[in-house]
This record gives sequence, C-alpha cells and structure tokens, in this order.
Amino acid sequence: MVNEYVESKSDASDVTESKRDFKIVGTRPLRPDGIDKVTGRAMFGADMSAPGMLHGATLRSPHPHARILSIDVSKALALDGVKAVVTSKDFVKQDNSGNQDTLDNLMARDKVLYHGHAVAAVAAVNVDVANSAAKLIKVEYEILPHETDVDAAMLPGAPVLHEGRKFSSVPEGSSPNVSSYWEFGHGDVDEGFAKADIIVERSFKTAATHQGYIEPHACLATMGADGRGELWVCTQGHFMVRELAAAFNGIDASQLRVTASEIGGGFGGKTTVYLEPVAVALARKSGRPVKMVMTRDEVFRATGPTVSSSTDVKIGMTKDGRITAGQAKLRYQGGAYPNITAMLGAMTAFAAYDLDAVQTLAWNVLTNRPKQAAYRAPGAPMAIYTVESVIDEMCQKLDLDPLEVRLLNAARKGTKSSYGPTFDEIGLVATLEAAKAHPHYAAPLGPNQGRGVSCGFWFNFAGNTSVSIAVSPDGTVAVTEGNPDIGGSRASISMMAAEELGIPYDKVRTIVADTNSIGFNDVTDGSRVTFSVGLATIKAARAAIKNMCGRAAMVWGIDPDAVEWKDGAAVPTGHNAGNFPPMTLAEIARDAGKTGGPIAGHFEANADGAGVSFGVHLVDIEVDPETGFTKVLRYTVFQDAGKAIHPAYVEGQMQGGAVQGIGWALNEEYIYGDDGILQNAGFLDYRIPVASDLPMIDAVILEIPNPGHPYGVRGVGETGIVPPLAAVANGVSHAAGVRMAELPMSPPRILAAIDGAKG
Amino acid sequence: MVKVVLWGSLRSATGGLTDVEVDAANTGELLKALVEKYPELESIIEEGVSVAIDGLIYKEAWFTPIKPDSEVVLMPYMKGG
Amino acid sequence: MSKIHVTTSINGDQVEYLCEPHETLLDVLRDRVGLTGAKEGCGSGDCGACSVELDGRLVCSCLVLGAEAEGKEVQTIEGMADGEKLHPLQQKLLEHAALQCGICTPGILVAAKALLEKNPDPTETEVRYWLAGNLCRCTGYDKIIRAVLDAAAEMRGA
Repeated sequence: MVNEYVESKSDASDVTESKRDFKIVGTRPLRPDGIDKVTGRAMFGADMSAPGMLHGATLRSPHPHARILSIDVSKALALDGVKAVVTSKDFVKQDNSGNQDTLDNLMARDKVLYHGHAVAAVAAVNVDVANSAAKLIKVEYEILPHETDVDAAMLPGAPVLHEGRKFSSVPEGSSPNVSSYWEFGHGDVDEGFAKADIIVERSFKTAATHQGYIEPHACLATMGADGRGELWVCTQGHFMVRELAAAFNGIDASQLRVTASEIGGGFGGKTTVYLEPVAVALARKSGRPVKMVMTRDEVFRATGPTVSSSTDVKIGMTKDGRITAGQAKLRYQGGAYPNITAMLGAMTAFAAYDLDAVQTLAWNVLTNRPKQAAYRAPGAPMAIYTVESVIDEMCQKLDLDPLEVRLLNAARKGTKSSYGPTFDEIGLVATLEAAKAHPHYAAPLGPNQGRGVSCGFWFNFAGNTSVSIAVSPDGTVAVTEGNPDIGGSRASISMMAAEELGIPYDKVRTIVADTNSIGFNDVTDGSRVTFSVGLATIKAARAAIKNMCGRAAMVWGIDPDAVEWKDGAAVPTGHNAGNFPPMTLAEIARDAGKTGGPIAGHFEANADGAGVSFGVHLVDIEVDPETGFTKVLRYTVFQDAGKAIHPAYVEGQMQGGAVQGIGWALNEEYIYGDDGILQNAGFLDYRIPVASDLPMIDAVILEIPNPGHPYGVRGVGETGIVPPLAAVANGVSHAAGVRMAELPMSPPRILAAIDGAKG
Repeated sequence: MVKVVLWGSLRSATGGLTDVEVDAANTGELLKALVEKYPELESIIEEGVSVAIDGLIYKEAWFTPIKPDSEVVLMPYMKGG
Repeated sequence: MSKIHVTTSINGDQVEYLCEPHETLLDVLRDRVGLTGAKEGCGSGDCGACSVELDGRLVCSCLVLGAEAEGKEVQTIEGMADGEKLHPLQQKLLEHAALQCGICTPGILVAAKALLEKNPDPTETEVRYWLAGNLCRCTGYDKIIRAVLDAAAEMRGA
C-alpha cells in the first residue's frame, strides 16, 4: 500500500519502509533554487547591500606569535570617512572556554597566535577608506618564538601558545601544547600482534588543507540602539551565528534576526564565526549597516584549514589476510586553539574492520597556525589514509587481493566497532562486493600505471531540527526549515514532503527560514540534513495528514480513526466507515476555513537514529617516472546512501568529495616558511583540482536502508572525501613502484621517492 | 545495573576501568550516576558527551530509556563538517 | 583623484557610470550597476567566478578595470537567458544537476558559452581545458562537463 497514513501505527515512523514503492523519492527533478542560480539572481553572502551601508576591514597580525602590548586606534578614527573601530575590548568575555576561544580567534585578546590573526576592525564609508584606516592602527608587539609543525610543537622547549592554561584529559608530563588526549579500542593488541604472521609498522604525514569554498566569508549587519539587529550571512548554521554573535556582543539572541544567504560552499568551514560578531559590533558602534567580505588571502590565512597530521600505524596480519591487531598513534595540529579532530581520527581509523584487538591513541596539538575548522568528515581522511595504506602494503607483501582482504575483515551488522558501539545494518560488505564486481576492477593497466583501493567511513549526525509545513488554500504546500542548503537539500526536502503528502513535487516549495521564523536548528554538518530535516519533514507532513484526515471525518460524520491517507487524499476505511469518494488535499485545503481553520503540521526534536556510511573508491593512476607527474585515469566511487532521495545530488556529493580528496592527495598543502608565514595564500599557489586534472568520476550508489529513518536515508555528504587519500596513494605507490607515506604526493616528492628507491 | 563502556583515556578517572556498572533507567540518570561514582568524570561529561545505546548514538538526550541488557557506550561529543 | 566617466553597453543596454581609476570591472558591475551575478572568489584571476565577455572575449572581470569598458560591449550572466527562456547551457546545467552551491555557476556558464561560440563541437578534453580557469569545489566537474557537452550537441542540432 502506498502513502498510507494510519494513526494507530504512529510508531511505524521509526521503522524503515525500505520496500515502500516510492513515487517521487528516487527520481531526479530540477532543484527549486536552480533558475536563480543559473541566471545570476541567487543572493549569496556578498550580494546584499543596505541603504547607508558602511564597509568593514580587518587589521591582521604580521607575526605568527606575539604579545599585544598596546593598540592605538586614534589615527584611524581621525581619518575622514571612518565611523567605528573595534578591538577585543568591545566584546563580552565568555564563560564557556570553547566560545571564548572562538571569540579570541576572531579578535586577538592578549596575544596574536598566528600570522593573519585579527587584531582590530574598522567600518568606513567605502572599502578603500576602511583599508587605509586599518593600516593607521598602531599595534605594539612583543615578538615571541613560534612553531607550526605538529611533532616539533610536542617537544620539550617548544614555544607555548597558551601559558598557564590547564587542559583536561591530558596526561601528566605532556607538552603544554597538547590540548587533549584520547584513547579508543578494545581487546589486547599485544596478544593480537603475537598471532600475526607479518607485522607492518609505518609513519605517515599529511599536510593541512583548506575547505576551499569559492565564496569568501561575507555578511551584512544592522544593529539599532535598542539592541535589535539583523544579520545576513553565508553560513552553514545561522542559529549558531545568532547564538555566538549575540553572546559576544552582549545582546539577547532573539533580538538578533539572522538570515542565511545562499551559501557558496562550506564543507565544514562555515560552521563557526569569523566576521559576523565583528560586523554586529561595528554596526552597533556606528549606528549604520556594516558589510564585511573577506579577501581570498584572508580566507586562507584566518579561516578554515583542517589539521595536519603525523601518524604511526602498526597492523598485524595472518598470511591468509586476517587482521590480528591494529594500532594507530595520531598526532594532529589544529592551529592555535583546542579542537577534537584527532579524537575523530582515533574513532574512525579502524572503523571499517571487525577486529578482536584495536587501539588508537590521539593527541591534539597547538601550533602557531589558524584555528582549524571542520572539513568534511573531520579527522577521518588522514587517519583512514594511514590504515588503508598499511593494509595495501600488507596485501602486496602477501600477494593477496586488496578487496578480498577487506571483505575478509569488513565490519558488518553485529561487529563491535573500533570506537565502541556495535554496528546495526551497514553497507560496507555490499559496497566492497560492488567494487569487486565492477568492470573497473578488472580493466587492464598499462606501464607506469597503478590501481588503488581504499575503504572509507564516516558517522552521520542527527540533532536539533525544526520543520513546519503549511497547506495553502489552493492545495499547494510550503515547507519551512532552518538548515542552510549547501548541496541541493531543498530539492530532497520538497521531494520527501511531496512523497508523504501524495502530491506532485512542483506543488511544494521549501525555504530556509530566518532565526525568528522557525524553531532552533543545529548547524548543517555531519551529513545530517537529508537525514534529520528529512525525518522532521516526514513527521510534520504526517501531523498535517492527521489533521486533514480529521477534517474529512468531520465532513463525512465518521470516526477519525476510520479515515486514512492514500495517494494525496483522505479515504474512508473499514467496514463501517461509509462509502465516500476520496477527499483530496486540495479539496480539504479549499474548505479548511469552514472545517476549523488553517492546516499545518510541524515537528521539533533532537533527532536520533542516524546511521553510519561506508564507501569504497577505485582509482587508476599513471605516474611519469621522469617528472613525478601524476594523472588520474579512471575513478569509481561506491557508497551506501541508505536510500538516495535525489540520486543526482547523491552522486554529486560522492563525486565532489572524491575530487576534494584527490586534491588533498596530490596537490593541496599549507606551506609555511621558517618565519611562520603561510607562503601560498591564494588559488594560484594553493592549487585545488581543475577540470583538466580529472576524468569523469563514476558514482555507484548502494542502498542499504538505515533502520533509523522512515525512508532509510543515510547522510552522504562526507564519506566521499575519506577514501581518496589512500586510494590515490596506493595507486601512486603501485604505479611508481615505491611506497608513498606523505601527502600531498606532489611531483617533487614522488620523484624524490623514485630516486631514493633506485638507491 | 547497566554496564557502560567508556573510551580508553577515561581510565584515569575510574581507577583504571573502562567497563563500569551504574544504576540507571535512562541517559540522564546514567550520566548523573557516573559522576556520583567517579567524580573525576564530571568535567568531561559537562564538556559534552554522547551515549550510544544498542548502536544508536544519542546527543544530549536525557530521557532516552536504557534497558538493563542494553549495550551502552559513552562517547565524546562530535562535531562534523 | 577624480572619477572616470564611462559609457558602455552591458547585456545590450547602454550604461553610464563613474568609477575610480583603480576600480575593477567586477566591482563596478556589482557595486555600481547592481549586477551581482558575477562573483568575486579570489580577486586575482584564479577562480573564474567573475567571468564576463568583453567584446566577445572571455575575461576575468576582476582583472579588468571599469574604465576599460568604455565603448565596449559587456556580456554578463544576467544577459544569458532570453526573458524567461533559458539558454541551452543554463537548461542543461539544471537538468544534469551540475551545480551544488551555485557560486561558480555564473562564471562556468559565461565561460562555456564563450567556448561554444568559438567551438560548437568540443571534445571532452577541450571542454575540460577551456573550463580549467573556472574553479568548482562542489561537483568534481563531472556533471558540468556532461552538461556542456549535452548543450553543445543540442545547439548543433537546433
């Protein structure tokens, strides 16, 4: 039975209807924001303006580490056209240490901790005057020694970033730059290694990479003397922006209405604040709207990047390919403030495997670099890269098929995961089998070519979600949600609403509402939106359906329990319900005023039931042994989507994640000199993949339903970036005939490895 | 009693144990009981934790029921991209 | 320093503006003319999000001065559709789901249109090299390349 709503089955919403015959879910309709985006009409962060608007500019530290002795803003304020200047003194001290770190990062308090750290900001009548004024601010610094390398920052005698600050969960005797320490795993690894026929132990390094969204951070703030404000901003979470911008400025959250613009890419990098609280402060002081837009140089120097890592991995294996024990020691530097990324690396490193003995140890380390921000499956790509590289080397040594070995050890339902809980239904085995059966895996390779394989894993988050559905008198439906759409989610949300209500897709419009128009929502992160907002939309639709069934029951004069929802209409059901023709949604909507008033449904909850997502990538690489140049010849992504609501956008996530991972593996790198200054803060020298670097990225979607979602959805946004690092590294290692252990595998590094192997 | 599995580095707060037992019928009671039994866990739990019950991860949900035979794993609070 | 008076044609409309001598065409379009379809992703000619055509030539408008538009014809993304009828490239990008966030989309469309004006039957490799100056961080380019090839085929057939 299709599109049935039965009140007595209210718990059925928690059971996956994997065998349901979907009408709209699984098709590929055009996205609702599409026309605006292909015609240039869509309004992004920097596209908004306001009457009387000022422009902001930020003064940034020229030193990687220095104490601020004094800041003199008098000359800047005296410049014609300057309306306000703010420094850290203009913001409210925070009780929560994480929030205080975020505040200190967006406006340095006592010390500057990295080159590019904001020190002051100016609002003036135009950008030129604002920039000139920023240069007139005189800051006296006491320069301190700096460190940007993770291993060096852990050594005794390394420059200490946060003197006197005690971090919890750090063992006695650690470097003061260790901000947290984590251990995960189960079983006895020593016993496991004793059972192994071979043990391989290797060390790896990965460079910090930037999320590389094409839209720089931008916002427009207005703030009245009465403490009421408006903020337009490109962000992954406008509720998060509201909480932080309000708290840092000492105003009530409800008085600051935040509207999310269209967002020009985020990938995790827009899950925090940089400019927004500053723009609010400047607007407050100047009494005028203030627009702030970062330059690309600022984006590289002061936002984003993910961590760089240094990792030791040890794996034991029997000669027939069974892993007997795995151990990883992960050291991640995440810039100048504490973070949890190494923890996530330690949780995910061995998550693809069913192991009796596994242990991961992780250290988060502070260095004089920008505060790391989340980047698509944060922590996992670099951890899984090391494990998948060692497994590949062991397969090579034992002459075993790399997919067979992974299948032999794969996590499945009932496996105790390396991070603790036991897995429910998961799609790793199906994904591996699909890769094994795919023509790509059997295709011949030429000289200097190699094939790489890797598994990948990421969690899905659920979290706080609010959705409201309103049925209009003409029988069309408005869905209101509060999570910025970073990859086409308004399409998938509209599809789920239409599916549940039994009406055509084009009768639904979904919008992302401002912070005063819908209940609270967590940030768009953790691959959570299609899962959580989708679940909330389905439940809000079911509430509206229940309401509509009640209206039909009243009109028919029968018991509401004798009405069910089928194909977009209320129908009587059961022996005594009577014989009435179906009453469509449009008919119920038309007469709603006469049957009790407007029809709506809403759902608010801290959602749970998120699944996990696995992927497997296959890549063929050619290496030029003369130059070390690499070419990606063929790439295939296999990923479990649970249920693909809009398969084209699921493929898009898989393809986009793969290409970000390819960039990480081959090119992308934050390069620091001994002076602690970032040397490549632009797209010319920080080279993200371009169209001519790549082949088509084939995407194979598998659907192993997530038991925790009514339609079986798993989030798909992040897993795709996890496997490419090892897949590409394994491909390069086979093609070049030498094992690579450092990312990126730039041509000079590959050439050095080839020359080194020649002896 | 409910058996709770802690992540390895919490051993320092529990006298070396990573499997502990407390009396609790839901997640809120569980967190409260853990702090009562092992006061050193308080700051970690206050910083934020998730609880996985029979494989499902719950963030900050105090009233999620726990059955005596449930698999319960304390997990750090996660933030993603 | 006094401003420069410029008379130019933008999407077929005659436009006059005053601009600073150092002001880029991109800033003029966005801040003075009110056409925000061209985006600033880098300001250094590396990302292509600000692509426009100047007298039929594909340029990064962040590398052109506003004053240089004097007497020339500027074509931006806002001039690509004919009223409510989309250009085949716009339609194909939509159909192929070849945009996710959409910030690079205006630049990609302007660049692809310039390609098809020169070469109505490009190979996949030609499309990839022509669009190598337009960064997209969301899609991995796969669906963009397919959409451009599909639009080219349709335009040849039409």
